[in-house]
Amino acid sequence: MAVKLIVENCTGCRLCLRACPYGAVDITEGKANFNDSCTQCGACATSCKFGAILLEVAFSRDVDTTQYRGVWVVAESAPGGRGEFRRGTYELLGKGRELADKRGTGLSAVLFGDQVEGLAQRLIAFGADKVYLAQDPVLAHYRTGPYTDVLAGMINQHKPEIVLVSATPQGRDLAPRVAARISAGLTADCTGLDIDESEGLLVQTRPAFGGNLMATIVCRQARPQMATVRPGVMKALQPDSSRAGEVVAVPVHLDERGVAAKIIEIVQQEGDGQVNLQDAQIIVSGGRGLGKPENFSLIRELADALRGAVGASRAAVDAGWIPAYHQVGQTGRTVQPKLYIACGISGAVQHLAGMGSSDVIVAINKDPSAPIFSVATYGIVGDLFEIVPALTKKLREVL
Amino acid sequence: MNIVVCIKQVPETTEVRVDPKTNALIREGVKSIINPFDENAIEAALQLRDAQGGKVTVICMGPPQAEEALRHALAMGADEAILLCDPASRGSDTLATSYTLAQVVRKIGEYDLIVCGKQAIDGDTGQVGPGLAERLGIPQVTFAIGLELSDGKLRAKRVLDDFFEVLEVKLPAVMTVVKQINEPRFPGMRNVLKAKKAQITKWSAADINADLTQTGFDGSPTTVIRVWPPERRSGGTMLAGSTDEVVEALAKAIKELNIAVGG
Repeated sequence: MAVKLIVENCTGCRLCLRACPYGAVDITEGKANFNDSCTQCGACATSCKFGAILLEVAFSRDVDTTQYRGVWVVAESAPGGRGEFRRGTYELLGKGRELADKRGTGLSAVLFGDQVEGLAQRLIAFGADKVYLAQDPVLAHYRTGPYTDVLAGMINQHKPEIVLVSATPQGRDLAPRVAARISAGLTADCTGLDIDESEGLLVQTRPAFGGNLMATIVCRQARPQMATVRPGVMKALQPDSSRAGEVVAVPVHLDERGVAAKIIEIVQQEGDGQVNLQDAQIIVSGGRGLGKPENFSLIRELADALRGAVGASRAAVDAGWIPAYHQVGQTGRTVQPKLYIACGISGAVQHLAGMGSSDVIVAINKDPSAPIFSVATYGIVGDLFEIVPALTKKLREVL
Repeated sequence: MNIVVCIKQVPETTEVRVDPKTNALIREGVKSIINPFDENAIEAALQLRDAQGGKVTVICMGPPQAEEALRHALAMGADEAILLCDPASRGSDTLATSYTLAQVVRKIGEYDLIVCGKQAIDGDTGQVGPGLAERLGIPQVTFAIGLELSDGKLRAKRVLDDFFEVLEVKLPAVMTVVKQINEPRFPGMRNVLKAKKAQITKWSAADINADLTQTGFDGSPTTVIRVWPPERRSGGTMLAGSTDEVVEALAKAIKELNIAVGG
């Protein structure tokens, strides 16, 4: 992999100078030059409008895999500047720790942002040995371009063997861009990760075909082995604030003028606690059986009695009865609450894929042949319009 | 305004089964359809073309029968359809697919916007859109639920986990769309018949000047080593009786779970 200058095309316009996060471009005698700080991240090639910089990357089966060591986890900040990470980040650290121990290597977290050094210790407490910290005002909010440039450069420089990213919208925007930049193998939305004993490969398991099939995928030649990992599946470790680790500052300098995307507006969605599916211990979900959007009030009331979150099936979301961020299933959220109550949900495979590992599942449905009953701990065949309000009332009395 | 839409032909998800003995996909009798999210991508492109003028070119990589998916796109109103069909591209993972589609787009030459569905319902990866944007060195806007185009800029509303983001990028760009962005039009019988006879351009790997080490199995770093049907948990107790009785029993069971309510 190498960045190459086509000297005759270079106009000395300085676009690449602005785009380079690593201060690796000098303009001398009207032409770009790459100095020793170059990480081959490719930011300059993307920025060049004159075809003067080529990033030569191609997938090759001849990569020396022994050069690559260590497990990396890309941390993702929770939105709204609350100084927290998304839950998936802690889950990745838990899994990453296990994988690193099996490989006899270290676990590093990658932290991007602006003035976020105070958060590094949290990543260490949850299992990281090392935190690579890249700070710049341009990195304050996630944007594809600068995050890709910086991460690709760091990977080229430090050569981790495994890179894990949460399969959140952010992670699913970033990981494929980085993988294409560096020609790495990437497996989407994994629900199982392990190390294979004979070859030491990352064994990646994921559902496909809407949850109808499971597939196991390996990446034999390209490095790093990259995976996005479904939030809500892996287990986070108990944080240990006395754990020691190293924080390594990554020297980056970004120029806002070199960033292709501008964030015009960020709108937080309703924050009433009933949508925090991933953290909820109890989820009450409604489906097509509710018949109309107003009837979600029955679900909300039961959830309220249990102080749980409100979920929905794809059918209810597609019908426009409830916003998509309530959706549980293969194309929505994967959840693992202690108690999941499915009301008027038939239990299509794609829904089961998202809630099948809940501790206790209660199904209320009028159709005795509904597949949801095949996974239910407690099943009730009956009219949800009678049972749900009665249950709400009863629970308000006894809890 | 030249818009390219990338589509994929997929099996109808819920019909896919695995042979329990061989662990191979049972493909017989499984209907192929156009990936549903790609219909939203086509619809978004058609609406832009109808408002601003221009051309919608639909591209697809796949076997000869993927022509059917392209004909569906033509029936919806796309202007041109190109099928990249070459045995050398068989077995492409998302990295190889993004390379191959980028070569198709390069051969098309002029484009302002590339639209993809947010993911295909067979692989569920959503990796090809961003991979394609990277290969072409242009910005990407994923998970778009709404958009505006003006002055050579795309302003799109993205739907993320628990917030919306309005992002602006300069064209050309790649945009992937979610289902809620629009309601795809249903092609009328006349258009379906017309699309049946329409010309579909077929390109081989050589036509797009593809490096054969970067496409198909050879260009794919990832390998599927095993496919199997997921284990299902077995059902438990059915509660029967009057509403009062089942509610009583269920409330008791829930109370005994001893979950810190609201915890």
